[in-house]
Amino acid sequence: MILDPSILALLVSSVLISLMTLYACGYGVQILRRWDIASGSELQLALERRTYLISTIVSYFLAFQLVSLFLLIQTVDSICHLFVGAMCAVGTLTVNSFGYPTLLLKVATFILAGLWLILNYADNKGYDYPLIRAKYLLLLIMAPFIVAETVVQWIYFLGLRPDIITSCCGSLFSQGSRGIASEILAAPSVPMEITFYACMLITVAAGTRLFLRGKGGYLFAGMSGISFAVSIVSIISFISLYFYEMPSHHCPFCILQKEYGYVGYPLYGLMFLGAVTGLGVATLQPFVKKESLEKIIPAMQRKLATVSVFSFLTFTAIVTWQILFSSFKLEGY
Amino acid sequence: MVIERHLHILDFTLSSLLRRKGKNGALLLVYTLIVFILASVLFFTHALKREAALVLKDAPEIVVQHTLTGRYQPIPVAWGDRIGKINGVISVRPRLWGYHYDTLLMANYTLMVPAENPPGPGSIDLGSGISRTHGANSGDMIAFAGHDGVPRMFTIRKILDSESQLLTSDLILLSEKDYRDFSGIAADQATDLTLRVRNPREYATIAEKITRMYPDTRPIMRSEILRTYDAVFGWRSGLMIVILSAAALAFIIFAWDKATGLSAEERKEIGILKAIGWETSDILMMKFWEGTAISLTAFLLGVILAHVHVFSTSSALFAPVLKGWSTLYPSFRLTPFIDFGQVATLFFLTVVPYTITTIVPSWRAATIEPDAVMR
Repeated sequence: MILDPSILALLVSSVLISLMTLYACGYGVQILRRWDIASGSELQLALERRTYLISTIVSYFLAFQLVSLFLLIQTVDSICHLFVGAMCAVGTLTVNSFGYPTLLLKVATFILAGLWLILNYADNKGYDYPLIRAKYLLLLIMAPFIVAETVVQWIYFLGLRPDIITSCCGSLFSQGSRGIASEILAAPSVPMEITFYACMLITVAAGTRLFLRGKGGYLFAGMSGISFAVSIVSIISFISLYFYEMPSHHCPFCILQKEYGYVGYPLYGLMFLGAVTGLGVATLQPFVKKESLEKIIPAMQRKLATVSVFSFLTFTAIVTWQILFSSFKLEGY
Repeated sequence: MVIERHLHILDFTLSSLLRRKGKNGALLLVYTLIVFILASVLFFTHALKREAALVLKDAPEIVVQHTLTGRYQPIPVAWGDRIGKINGVISVRPRLWGYHYDTLLMANYTLMVPAENPPGPGSIDLGSGISRTHGANSGDMIAFAGHDGVPRMFTIRKILDSESQLLTSDLILLSEKDYRDFSGIAADQATDLTLRVRNPREYATIAEKITRMYPDTRPIMRSEILRTYDAVFGWRSGLMIVILSAAALAFIIFAWDKATGLSAEERKEIGILKAIGWETSDILMMKFWEGTAISLTAFLLGVILAHVHVFSTSSALFAPVLKGWSTLYPSFRLTPFIDFGQVATLFFLTVVPYTITTIVPSWRAATIEPDAVMR
């Protein structure tokens, strides 16, 4: 293990967050089993108060998770030269097989926490806690992911031994090597560009339809989920190339660096925002018929759709700007 | 409208914090101190790592040293010719360098014969640190005692100025003839050999070939040096933080105690707020802003103080522990910098534990029943 301050920070904070989540889950189980809004018992009152605590914990968790996601990338990037052959975050993440799972779990828990908060917000708007069961069920689904992330991250950092030969950006993303990343690259950039713009167009159209007519919630949510995935694939396939102005550098992490004006932060930030708000529409969809939320949910879905569409549009605008005005041309590669 | 509501709550929180100056002042002081110490450690080690990287940026890819019974020896210059014939080696250059201890000022200087533009015989280039301590400027004469104790006079050609203070502060550049005379090293020997190799993939193979050719040599790769520096500094600062975690734990207990031990006055205040119509979520919002105000103030103050400490006073408090090598440098200043990773690390080591500690106490305070406290 490498005793680096940022690694310590990541480990300590993830343990603290896991403990808080488990604590919240303990009460979540109790709420699922004993919740009875009609009752005026002491237990019910105590549980009603607990709900405040749990939503506070998850809100903090969401904020911390976002920062820790970027800190993880920053950390693995900064320690890459401890490993022969690793040239950036990609190399360090492949040092052992727990690097990418840690990153994926962080992304997954961040999105789940975002959805939970949307559900929580809607629940607080209704006078009779209409979504209480759904909310705590989601918390119980989320908890294993959070704990798994802590464990996997721990194993990953414990298993880091400087000097193990790893593949760097260049070889991992080169055409010859196998794996998800190289398959993404194997798809040529022109079809990927078409897919990307088509996805964004459909998402925006579905969002506008939802906004105007209040229809197609699942379609829009599905599309924003797909757009999120397609955006990540596109960043590796062609977007990053325009920022690096290099036809062979496909790293999805280097755009977070100073050399590229930290442009990765707004790009990934917008992508996450678009995905969480877009998927939030679907999370609320099953509860449209709830009596106390009949008016609230459609209005919320409109707002979420607006934010999501706006995020994806801004993302597309930044990318398009770079493609049009960079001196780099990628035609036919 | 939402923003206005937050602003009002923030306004109220700040005035309520200011009303309890003593209690919050103590918390703020301890909090700032913790941030300051951790930030100093982080900034200092990171700055040293950067200096090391800067120093090694132009270093040769491979350095070959000669060893005798495991100790470092001058290397015969002639060996360079055979090593230069290995495929992949672009050039081999014998280097002449060493240290000189100045008994008068009790400082170590680095003597070196530069590859390009060496000073002529009888003249030297001087590092800014030496120039400062001796009060010598270009054109002046300066004397140093050589290996046989006899002083030699040199004319200063110029004072060195460079990106990395750490590197040139204690440096003296002189000609090959002067160096051999000054240090007594034989004419067919050099301190070590440096190799230029273009293809990084060949480093290991070339190093292996050299050790087979001359088993009593030790080839060192640049990447190895850099990696070692990094690991050592990272490890040192990590260790410092583990030691400091006892202090951090004490701070957490202190914060917990402050947050749980609500005074009767505070309980009454919350009770009244709830009685006049504040909801639990409003009180929680107030507690959130309270935590944010304290954390942000302590964090910013701590980081600024640490920045000043490390980059303006050269980390007077912990330099001896973290630098770890002979600290006879006259004085040096580190190049200031700040980056996201550092700030985020600090955030996770201080603000996150503090916030998590105060969540439950804040919630307890927010769910106080008004009638229970006002009765």
